Amino acid sequence: MTAKTAARYRARAAVTAERDRHGRTRLTRLRSDGPLAVREAEGAVYLVGAAAGPLGGDDLGLDLEVGPGARLAVRSAATTLTLPGDGESRFTVRARVGAGGHLDFAPEPVVAVAGCHHRAVTEITLAEGATLRWRDELILGRYRERPGRHTSRIDVTLAGLPLLRHELRLDDPGVYGGVAVLGTARAAGTLLLVGTGLVGEPVTGEGLAVMPLAGPGVLISATAGDSAALRRRLCQGESAATPAGDLPSALQDARAATPHH
Amino acid sequence: MGGMHDHDPHPAAPPVSRALRLGIGGPVGSGKTALTAALCRSLRDELALAVVTNDIYTTEDADFLRRNGVLSDDRITAVRTGCCPHTAIRDDIAANLDAVESLEELHRPLDLVIVESGGDNLTATFSRGLVDRQIFVLDVSGGDKVPRKGGPGVTASDLLVVNKTDLAELIGADLAVMARDAGAVRGERPVLFTSLREDPAAAAVAEWVRGVLREHPHPHHAPHPHAAASVNEP
Amino acid sequence: MDTRLLLLADSRLPAGGHAHSGGVEPAATAGAVTDLASLSDFLAARLSTAGLVTAALAAASCSFAHSSRDHAVVRAGLGGQLHDHGGEGGRDGEGLWRVLDAEVDARTPSPAQRTASRAQGRALLRVARTTWPHPALDALAAHSPRDHAVVRGGPREQLHDHGRWGGGPHHPVVLGAAAAAAGGTPRQAAAIAAYGSVTGAASAAVRLLGLDPLAVQQALAVLADDVDAVAARAAAEPDDWAALPAVSAPGLDLLAELHLRSEVRLFES
Repeated sequence: MTAKTAARYRARAAVTAERDRHGRTRLTRLRSDGPLAVREAEGAVYLVGAAAGPLGGDDLGLDLEVGPGARLAVRSAATTLTLPGDGESRFTVRARVGAGGHLDFAPEPVVAVAGCHHRAVTEITLAEGATLRWRDELILGRYRERPGRHTSRIDVTLAGLPLLRHELRLDDPGVYGGVAVLGTARAAGTLLLVGTGLVGEPVTGEGLAVMPLAGPGVLISATAGDSAALRRRLCQGESAATPAGDLPSALQDARAATPHH
Repeated sequence: MGGMHDHDPHPAAPPVSRALRLGIGGPVGSGKTALTAALCRSLRDELALAVVTNDIYTTEDADFLRRNGVLSDDRITAVRTGCCPHTAIRDDIAANLDAVESLEELHRPLDLVIVESGGDNLTATFSRGLVDRQIFVLDVSGGDKVPRKGGPGVTASDLLVVNKTDLAELIGADLAVMARDAGAVRGERPVLFTSLREDPAAAAVAEWVRGVLREHPHPHHAPHPHAAASVNEP
Repeated sequence: MDTRLLLLADSRLPAGGHAHSGGVEPAATAGAVTDLASLSDFLAARLSTAGLVTAALAAASCSFAHSSRDHAVVRAGLGGQLHDHGGEGGRDGEGLWRVLDAEVDARTPSPAQRTASRAQGRALLRVARTTWPHPALDALAAHSPRDHAVVRGGPREQLHDHGRWGGGPHHPVVLGAAAAAAGGTPRQAAAIAAYGSVTGAASAAVRLLGLDPLAVQQALAVLADDVDAVAARAAAEPDDWAALPAVSAPGLDLLAELHLRSEVRLFES
């Protein structure tokens, strides 16, 4: 599958989690490809960069399949740097979650390095009754560095209806540097929770908005001066979005669940 | 709000009936909110009421109405006017119409919806597309020349209320002059002098409202001119 | 441009727009928009984000309103929109209006902004139906109960909050249909939407900050080419609603939510 031509990668990794007849989740597919390696460890599947990047020109993809009633947590071992190269780099994640299934995707931040030209595309298809925890964190360049061009879009449908279509576009500093978009923040992130039992009223804090969606989900949106502050704000938002400090039962189960191989 | 059941002034109301819409306008501080509160207190036992306010609506204002036991919160809707109180009652009445219709839908059937304008100047009047009748409220502290100056509120409102008569002596305003000047520009249209401090029920104004409801039962039975365009009509 | 469309674009259109600041009031309260320069930056950012999304949705709505006059066309040409949408509401034009409305919801995570969009949609629908009767506007009105009249449908509907479709259709959906009713093209609908995304906010700034209206007018003139470019881009989007632009503005989202909680509000949004 891996094709490396003119220093470009085209790779497609995949993970499938299914619920067995004993009610346990089994990883029935764990496919690494090129620079995109997936490893099972500590109750989660880890994305492990086998090479620097993505670099301009790379086209990486990850397919996540969570069967009905199954649970999958995805993490990453380290921060991802999107680097300049030959043209646009692309990272496409496609995830499908079946009824009663749960996907918890929370990798480490992505750093949009100076000169990068990157597009992240996420398409999530949730069946009725599926639940989701999905975190995206973006750091605008390395220390004191102006970020390159970076666009990330997430599209989530639930039971066939659009739930969230949300794109963060860093191409014109005059636009994204304005108070209407990111202002002077150096880090921006969202945490999307889909399920029942989430907060019904919006909550705000400094650089933080917890926004109940029209459908059964909450988008937590935060901006901050650095990645640590961003993570704190997202955590704060997550607490606010899950009343009384409790995660909805489905999400709680998922946190405790350990995939079995 | 139980009054409407044992005193239904419109026994033959067709299903499309709607409440009488009464505008209360006037300059800042003339006592619009106090008059609105007084009318609600006087009429709430006999009429089903709701209120739309256009003032800068802070918790304080809400507390004022609550403290005065005017109406339950769900019968009071605040409309924000983007710094242009007259626009919201005259040129672009969309938000106010929407608020009135929402209240009517929520509390159907209503007899009376009061739309209280934000404080403005003497030229502000309500659009006929928004209200059926309007009261313009002045107070004597503005000086006894105000009625002579006229302006659409003073000349064309269905009822002119001159409030705070208890202050007239203090500030040297001549009520007789005000009555004469108002009469000169208003012709047959009535003028009432009130002191809400001395008469917190605004008895005379409440009686005028009852008269309007008695004498003009028709307007609040007929579909509003904009009802055909209303979004809730199938 | 036709006079009918000028009427639709006019700020004196009685559709409640004067009471919405497009985020300028909370931005001014926060000290982020204080003068002509900061207003110009704010408007440019608003145009590239919310303006583009609104314009694309309005263009899509206009295009659909023209085609939905003929249900056969709907089935043949646009019925595919529903294949990915679980058949919600059936395959008729009204079901598709709901899908388009849900596309606006999905691009509007801020509850305050959804409420403001629906309030403006309701108000625009009222004036548009009075002015330019059209089956698309009737279809939108027929399925638009108010906020408190929660739409009760199947199990899926109960999962969704009161905001979905309840409270009237979203503003860009109504704007596109109104433009179609007034004889406009999707490109013209996009232009009116993009134009409105900056003029309403500019007018609010004049009122709130006491800026020189002549200077603000000049700032809008400087933006004119960008407004046209956004409209052209919005109208050139493919006829696939799911793929329409979804550029977010986290700052606007946060400001909109903060606005609802502020003690004194002169504008609805």
